[in-house]
Amino acid sequence: MTAARTSLHVQYDSLARQHATARLGMWVFLGSESLLFAGLFALYAAYRFVYPAEFHAASAHANVVLGTINTYLLLTSSLTVALAIHATRRGHRRRTVLLLGATIALGLAFDVLKAIEYAGHLADGIAPGGYYAFAGLPAHGVVLYVTLYYLLTGMHALHVTGGLCMLAWLTWRAHRGDFTPQSHIALELGGLYWHLVDLVWIFLWPLIYLIR
Amino acid sequence: MNELLRRLLHLPAQRSSMARAVDMLHYSVILATMAGVALAAIVTAIFLFRYRRRTTAIPLTPKVRAPAWLELLVIGGLLGLFGVWWVIGFAQYRVLETPPADAIPVYVTAKQWMWKFAYPSGPTATDELVVPVGRPVKLIMTSRDVIHSFYVPEFRIKQDVVPGRAVTTWFEATDPGTYEILCTQYCGTRHSFMRAQVIALAADDYARWLDAARAPLALPGAKGDGQATARRDRASTSAVASEANDTTGGMAGGTAAGEPGGAIAALGPGATLAERGHQIAAERGCLRCHSVDGTPFIGPTWANAFGRRRATADGGDVLVDEAYLTQSMMDPRAVIAAGFAPVMPSYQGALTPDETSAILEYIRALRDVHPTRVPPAPDGAITSTAAGSAATTSPAAPPSSAAPESAAPAPAAPAGPAPSSTALAPSAPTPSAPAASARTAP
Amino acid sequence: MTPDAPPPAPGDAPPSVIELASTELAWTELTVAADPARAEAALELDADRSYLRAGSGIRSWLLTTDHKRIALMFFVATLLALMLGGAFAMVLRTKLLTPGPGFIEPLTYNRLFTLHGVVMVFMFMIPAIPAVFGNFFLPMMIGAKDLAFPRLNLASFYVYLAGAALTLWGMIHGGADTGWTFYAPYATTSPTDVAPIAIGVFVLGVSSIMTGLNFIATTHMLRRKGLGWFGMPIFVWTIYATSIIQVIATPVLGLAVILVALDHALHMGIFDPALGGDPVLFEHLFWFYSHPAVYIMILPAMGVISEIVPTFSKKHPLSYNALAYSSLGIAFIGFLTWGHHLFVAGISQFDAALFGAMSMFVAIFSAIKVFSWIGTLYRGSITFNTPMLYFFSFIYLFAFGGMTGIAVATTSLDIHWHDTYFVIAHFHFIMIGGTLTAFLGAIHYWYPKMFGRMYPERWGLVSAGLVFAGFNLTFVPQFLLGNAGMPRRYYSYPVRFHMLNVMSTLGAYLLGVALLITLTYLIVSLRWGRRAAPNPWGSRGFEWRSPSPPPVHNFLVPFDPAHGPYAYDALPPEAPPPDARPLDVSPSDAPLPNVPPREPA
Repeated sequence: MTAARTSLHVQYDSLARQHATARLGMWVFLGSESLLFAGLFALYAAYRFVYPAEFHAASAHANVVLGTINTYLLLTSSLTVALAIHATRRGHRRRTVLLLGATIALGLAFDVLKAIEYAGHLADGIAPGGYYAFAGLPAHGVVLYVTLYYLLTGMHALHVTGGLCMLAWLTWRAHRGDFTPQSHIALELGGLYWHLVDLVWIFLWPLIYLIR
Repeated sequence: MNELLRRLLHLPAQRSSMARAVDMLHYSVILATMAGVALAAIVTAIFLFRYRRRTTAIPLTPKVRAPAWLELLVIGGLLGLFGVWWVIGFAQYRVLETPPADAIPVYVTAKQWMWKFAYPSGPTATDELVVPVGRPVKLIMTSRDVIHSFYVPEFRIKQDVVPGRAVTTWFEATDPGTYEILCTQYCGTRHSFMRAQVIALAADDYARWLDAARAPLALPGAKGDGQATARRDRASTSAVASEANDTTGGMAGGTAAGEPGGAIAALGPGATLAERGHQIAAERGCLRCHSVDGTPFIGPTWANAFGRRRATADGGDVLVDEAYLTQSMMDPRAVIAAGFAPVMPSYQGALTPDETSAILEYIRALRDVHPTRVPPAPDGAITSTAAGSAATTSPAAPPSSAAPESAAPAPAAPAGPAPSSTALAPSAPTPSAPAASARTAP
Repeated sequence: MTPDAPPPAPGDAPPSVIELASTELAWTELTVAADPARAEAALELDADRSYLRAGSGIRSWLLTTDHKRIALMFFVATLLALMLGGAFAMVLRTKLLTPGPGFIEPLTYNRLFTLHGVVMVFMFMIPAIPAVFGNFFLPMMIGAKDLAFPRLNLASFYVYLAGAALTLWGMIHGGADTGWTFYAPYATTSPTDVAPIAIGVFVLGVSSIMTGLNFIATTHMLRRKGLGWFGMPIFVWTIYATSIIQVIATPVLGLAVILVALDHALHMGIFDPALGGDPVLFEHLFWFYSHPAVYIMILPAMGVISEIVPTFSKKHPLSYNALAYSSLGIAFIGFLTWGHHLFVAGISQFDAALFGAMSMFVAIFSAIKVFSWIGTLYRGSITFNTPMLYFFSFIYLFAFGGMTGIAVATTSLDIHWHDTYFVIAHFHFIMIGGTLTAFLGAIHYWYPKMFGRMYPERWGLVSAGLVFAGFNLTFVPQFLLGNAGMPRRYYSYPVRFHMLNVMSTLGAYLLGVALLITLTYLIVSLRWGRRAAPNPWGSRGFEWRSPSPPPVHNFLVPFDPAHGPYAYDALPPEAPPPDARPLDVSPSDAPLPNVPPREPA
């Protein structure tokens, strides 16, 4: 919608208004997205309330190290994407491309670590739903934590991956020179989306790894 | 007037203690609805006619504002009306949702697509619930598979039956008769065939029925857990039900208590629910941690627990009732009793709903044990291997024409994978006694 | 104080539609009106310049970003969905003619009522008014040339098609038998193939979010200069409130159905009691969306009614602010009432009290609207066209449906009524009696604008009457069935319910026939209807200040928002200079025919 050429569309009377509208649309979209996660958070809260001890026991098996590394990776990637927008505003095209590339690299690293984490859990039998086979803890209640863990992080990882595709496309456009200091709304919106992905993780990290 | 409106609105007969009150509210709500709708439609029609176009030119109309008093009147009036309905409705809802303390408990298990009823005194039945008139009956319900809903239109009650939860509802039938139970929560292919009936008997008929249900029978037969049939199996039982005496008061009093005692060799279908609960508790190892004589052990004692408030580890307290006990079995760590370690494993999936009901009933029956006394061996249960045939035991008098098929051996083993005729030797390490024995004396 | 009309100007021909209309044409057309032949030519020209002829060939439709064309494509799609869902309903009702087993198996019956619900709710009701009439008229009503994100709009149509295709594939592939409510744990263990349909519903939800997002951005950012929030037509308010619900609630529903699909396909067990899950939690998630979804369906209908009433009674709404704020109020309170679906599911008494009280407030907002609509008629100048007949039946059906809503929100009464035909009748009164009636009203009201043709008035009135009669015959007996205790989703039923079921089925046939008649004459009129003037109803609404059908960017001449959409107490401002129109019709100083002189206020 907003990402194409930064030409003025017929229904707007100025480019500034068009961009403001795109920004508003993006914020509404982000609000809607966060409600998708809110549903899962609500489930988490409800089940944690019912099974505090099980959740406590289960979260002890979460991989805090990987989770924490991932947190730093994502936070750093938020910084790089913000710097990329900053660089565009200053008109540094090459720096923009490099910073976006760094963001993509960090996001990919996040996905890879996530996959390693999953693999480790699955090897232990910590699998969701009916596939739960972990000998260390009885399934009842614990399996809800595990399933929610997979659902929450899985959905988040999907968002990360989607965001990476979007960033790749933005990088290509930045490389092509689509973005000018005055007009780079697509990049701005991409950055917003990436921050949301980051923000969701900021909630996931304590819920899954830290709260005991 | 009541009768006229009831027929006009196609409401079923009012056959429970609450039905009439609910219907009164119903009438007022529906009549007000009709009046409101009629008013709106008539005023609209009058306006449409009165202010019809009388010119072909561009008409100019005044900008009319409703006076504030009229707006306030409409909003305030409606709010007041709705508020009254809400207050009355909620007051009734509280009554409908809160079983009286003296209600006769019946355990209900729903499954696709049948209802099973288990009485504390032992009888179990499929698709047929026999209750006395004029006494509140409390249904403690759970489902084995999907959500069902227990609905008796004549009683104006309905309750969703949710798997993994113990839910309760209650009613007090006012007239003898047979009333249909309908499942109202969609539960699969044969949802609309999941019908059963409540047979309400007058007090003496009910006493007779209880008698008959307890009379020893010798009709052996296979376990008749008919799949997807509407067969009416009525368990007849041979067990004494001192617990039932308890709750049914004088009505059935004496009939049970007089039964000679006997050693439990095996629990046939005639055993009381509490006895079965005891047996299951012993087999499943419950009694390794829970005493039944008031002594705290690894877990809290079951004696004198039911119906009382218990301090919890987090500083609060909780009423020990069916819901709490079910939760404690299925999710033991949710609420920990003060002074005990959270060591109990969950029995979710390990106990069938029937077994859960039996254990609940057992714990309930232990609510008045004298703490120090080691109860004697149960005198309630007698040896019985018989399965019951319904026909011979069904009461003759009651208007329930739906007498079960007589010839068919309709044995009703206790629902669930109960080890029905295996020998029971309570091998629990703790001194234990079935509930019934604890307070035999009438 | 209605000024008396002056006698018709001498020489007026007997009133043809064009001329009657012409006296009240949008002021861009006032100058045309005097001469029918020239008017005809003008209208022909309008048609030539319209969005309908802006391009030809299939590509010009399939790849269009014109909100009006997308609206028409949604129109066709939702009508097809309505027919499909209606066909399912006919089969269901036919089965229910007899109490015992009938010509279809129980499993088939269960699949059909599931599909009836899924198709009607997610493929017809939710997109019906917003995606068709909202899409078409929201930009026009705020003076925009298009929606904020035209390509997103087109994408939302294709996402809708994808969701519909997935759902239909699921139906052919076996079809779920869970009911449109997908209650766990039945839905997660059903022997039928639940996943494709659940995912289809999710995809349809994505389309709904895209539409809502677009409308929100458009309403905020694209209002014509000088058009404030409280100068907007009420319809825009209701669409805006609807969009908020779509954006906020739909993700939660999407999540819930995806969880069910995952559970069914992969045994995730998030609601499975055997693993410690709680099926009631699904009900909470589901109704957190699906109760507000009811307002997604009814709020736009209220918006349509709020447009029809002022237009045909030529009067300012009794209280604009009440209509606007109550829309937002419904959207807000609507999020706090979902628990009234769970009164017998085992929620706490406190929750029941709270949700019961909240539900009463929604009714208050609806009552304010009804009061306002009826009050609008007072001292109006009413013409009784088909949309007005639909309004009349809407008032009756919506008030009836709404009041029975209060009845089922009364906790103790709900115990008896819950999951019986009473509830079925209640929500069909709101959904069919409210939304479908308003949808039909909207079709007739905006038909001239959308297609540039008039529908046959007599047929319109007759079929509206038949719809009303058929509807009542179908659903009033269902209230009584619910009272008598007939549960919903019953394939076979006790014989004592027979008579009422037969009546209901006959009513359904009548309703079906009436809708087919409507569809037929609407299709015929597309080609053979009389040409419509730009403003055949003499409305002051902004969308009528454009030719019929509108040109690609909606307006030839920008309208003046200072002259509001309901300013029936003053004459329209003077016609814009004729050079705004390519057609040289008449001198700009020609006197306005048949218009009373402006009175001093």
